[in-house]
Amino acid sequence: MSKYIVSASPHLRDHVSTRSIMQDVCIAMLPACIAGVLFFGYRAAVILALSVLTAVLSEKFYCKAAHIKDTTGDFSAVVTGMLLAMNLPSTVPYWMPVIGSAIAILLCKMIFGGIGQNFINPALAARAILALSWASLMNTFAAPAFGNLAGVDAIASATPVSGAARGGFTLAQLALGNIPGTIGETCKIALLVGAAYLLYRKVISWHIPVAFIGSFALCYLIATGFDVNATLYQVLSGGLILGAFFMATDYSSSPATSKGKIVFGLGCGLLLFWFRFGKKTPAEWCSFAILLMNVVSPLIERVTGSKSFGEVKK
Amino acid sequence: MATTQTFGGGVHPHEIGNGKDSTKSQPIVNAAAPARVTIAMSQHLGAPAACCVKVGQVVNMGQVIGEAQGAISAPVHASVSGKVVALTTCTITGGKSVPAVVIDNDYEDRWDESVKPCENIDALTPEDIRRIARDCGVVGLGGAVFPAAVKLDTSKLDPKPDTLVVNGSECEPYLTSDHRMMVENAEQIIDGIRFAMKATGVKCAKVGIEDNKPDAIEAMRAAATENIEIVALPAKYPQGYEKMLIYALTGRRVPNRALPSAVQCVVINVSTCAALSAAVREGKPIIDRVVTVAGRVAKPCNLRVRIGVPLLDVLDQVGGMTEGVRKLIVGGPMMGKTIPDLNVPVTKSFSGFLALGDESVNTEESACIRCGRCLRACPMGLAPAKMDSLVRHGDYQGALNIGALNCMECGSCTYVCPAKRELLQAIRVAKAVGGRIKGM
Repeated sequence: MSKYIVSASPHLRDHVSTRSIMQDVCIAMLPACIAGVLFFGYRAAVILALSVLTAVLSEKFYCKAAHIKDTTGDFSAVVTGMLLAMNLPSTVPYWMPVIGSAIAILLCKMIFGGIGQNFINPALAARAILALSWASLMNTFAAPAFGNLAGVDAIASATPVSGAARGGFTLAQLALGNIPGTIGETCKIALLVGAAYLLYRKVISWHIPVAFIGSFALCYLIATGFDVNATLYQVLSGGLILGAFFMATDYSSSPATSKGKIVFGLGCGLLLFWFRFGKKTPAEWCSFAILLMNVVSPLIERVTGSKSFGEVKK
Repeated sequence: MATTQTFGGGVHPHEIGNGKDSTKSQPIVNAAAPARVTIAMSQHLGAPAACCVKVGQVVNMGQVIGEAQGAISAPVHASVSGKVVALTTCTITGGKSVPAVVIDNDYEDRWDESVKPCENIDALTPEDIRRIARDCGVVGLGGAVFPAAVKLDTSKLDPKPDTLVVNGSECEPYLTSDHRMMVENAEQIIDGIRFAMKATGVKCAKVGIEDNKPDAIEAMRAAATENIEIVALPAKYPQGYEKMLIYALTGRRVPNRALPSAVQCVVINVSTCAALSAAVREGKPIIDRVVTVAGRVAKPCNLRVRIGVPLLDVLDQVGGMTEGVRKLIVGGPMMGKTIPDLNVPVTKSFSGFLALGDESVNTEESACIRCGRCLRACPMGLAPAKMDSLVRHGDYQGALNIGALNCMECGSCTYVCPAKRELLQAIRVAKAVGGRIKGM
C-alpha cells in the first residue's frame, strides 16, 4: 500500500471549524455575561456556571446513553448553557438553570439529532418552558447594584418592558444596563461589542439582526407617530438586542439563505411589535417571537432558494 | 488596482495556504534532460492517440509517436531523441492505466525533419493555424487538456464568437507556472493570442489576470497589441474557471450545461497561447511544459520539463522532498488529483506538482451545523449541504433535481465547511450515480 494518501479534491481547508465558530460565540457573549455579574452579583455567576456545566454534562450523558460520539468538544453546549443563563433573572433558585439546561440540551437539541438538527433554539425553548412553568419566579428581577458582588436583594422589580415601569428609565441606563432584567440582556453596550465581534469574524451576517431590529423599530416609529425617543426606548428594552444578534441568528433554527434570513428577521420584528405595542403584559415576548419564526424557518428557506449562476438565460 | 465585476461566491484560499510566494519570483528553470521518458498516449481530452512506433525504432525529437484518433483527439510526440525500448502502459493522474511509449534518451536532441519554421506567416489561413495546432498536439495547458484545434474551430458555430477570453488568472494556490510564463514570455503569449484570434475569426481578446500578479499584468500590458485588452481581476478562487472568467470579463453568463460558445466566447489559457505561437512560428510540437513544483520540496521552483519524465526524476532536480509529505498532488490544491507514487510520468496536463503535508489531510467530518457558508461560497449558486444530505440518504435523483449537474467541482464548498464535510465528493457521487440512473 502506498504511504501517500489518495483522496478527492480539494486538498486545502479553511481554518474555521464548528469548534472555532462556537468558541467565537462564547467570546462574543462574555462581555454581556461579565456585565450581568457586575450588576447582579455573584448569583449571576453561579447561575451561568451551573447552566453551562449542566448543558455540557447533559450532552455528555446523552451521547453516552445513545452510544454516539461525544460531541461536547464542539462547544455548542457551552453556547446553549450561556444563552440560557443570560435569559434568566439573577433571582431564580439554583435548580432553575440546572433544569433549564437539561431541558434545552436533552429535549430541544439532542433528541432531534444534536447540533444542526434542532428546529428551535434550545436555550429559548427551555426558557419558554421555564417561563410558562414558573411564571412568577421567572419574572422576579433584582434591582442592579453595580459592583456589589456580594449580591443584591431579590426584590420583585419591574423591567423596562413590563407595564408599570414603562418609561421609567433613561436611555443611558438602558444602554449601560443598570436596570432590572435577565442576567445577559441588560447591558446593550456589552451586547453590541459582542455582536460587532461576531460580524467581524463572519460568524453571523447582518441580515437577521438588521431585518429584525429594523422592522420592529420602523413599525414602532410609525405607530407612535415618529416618536424617536419612545422607539429607541423600546429597541433598547428587554431582550431585543440579545435576541436579534445572539438567538435569532442560531444556524440550526434560522434560514441559511440570505433572502430567507431577511424574511425571518422581518417576521421576528413584526411579531415582537405585535406582542409589545400597547399591551401591558408583564412578560418579555422577544423569545416567543423568535421561537415562532423558528418553526416556519424551513418553509422560508424552501421558498427563498437562490437561482443558480447559469439559470438566467435559459 | 482596477478590477471589473466579479462572480458571486468564491473563496480566498490564498489567504491561508498561498504557497505562491515560494516560486512566483523565480525564473523558469530548464530541467536536465532525462535518461528515459514514458510518454502516455492519452494526454488530452478525447480519444487516446494510437501508437505508431515499434520497439527498437530510433525516433527524433518532435517526431509523432502516437497519431490522433477521431475528431476530438491530439497526436503525441517524442520529447527526446533516442530509441524506443518498450511499448507498455503507465498510470496517469486519475488512476487510469493507458498505453505508453518508453524512449531511452541518446542526448543528441535531434529535431525531427517535420519540425521547421513557417516560411510565410502572413499567408496562413485560419484552417492552416488549426491544422498546425492539431499536428503539433496543442492542447489546453491549464489542466483540462482539451485539443486546441477543436476549440479554435468556429466554422460550425452560429452565432460566431466575438471575444477571445484568455485565462491568465491562475487562481489555484501554489501554482505560478502561468504567472512566470506571462512575466518571461509575454510577447510569445500575445503572439499566440493573435494566432488564436485569426483562427477563430474574433476581433477582440481579453486577458484576465488576478491582481496578485502585478508583474505579469505589467509585462502583458507592455506586450499587448491592438484589440488585446489586459484586465486585472480580483484574486479569488475559482476566478480561472471559464464561466466565472467569461462573466468577469464580458458580463455574460454561460447558461447551465452550455459551453462558452453559447455566449459567443472562446476561452484559451495563456500557456496554451505560448505553445500555439511556438507551433505556428517554429513548427514545434508540445514536447515540454512548465510545471510548478512546490510544497514540501527542498527547492520549490518552476521547471520546464520534458513530457514523459517520471516525477521521481523531476523531484531530483529540486532536491527531493522534505519531511512530512502526506499527499502527492498533480495540479493545484483545490482541484488537483492525488497520485499514489512517484512513477507517474509528466503529461501535458501537469500545471503543478505539490507535495503537501498535514495541511492537506482532512480531519474527521462532523454534523452539518447549517451555517450556510457553502451556499455563499458556491460560485454556481447551488446548495451543496442540501445535496450532501440528499446523497447521504440515498436520494441521488433529489440531488440532481436541485442542480447537482451544474456543479463544476471547484471545491469551494468543501474548503469553507466548518464541519469539514466532504460536500463536493457527495455531489460527485450524485453526478456519477445519477448519470447511471438516467442511463446517460
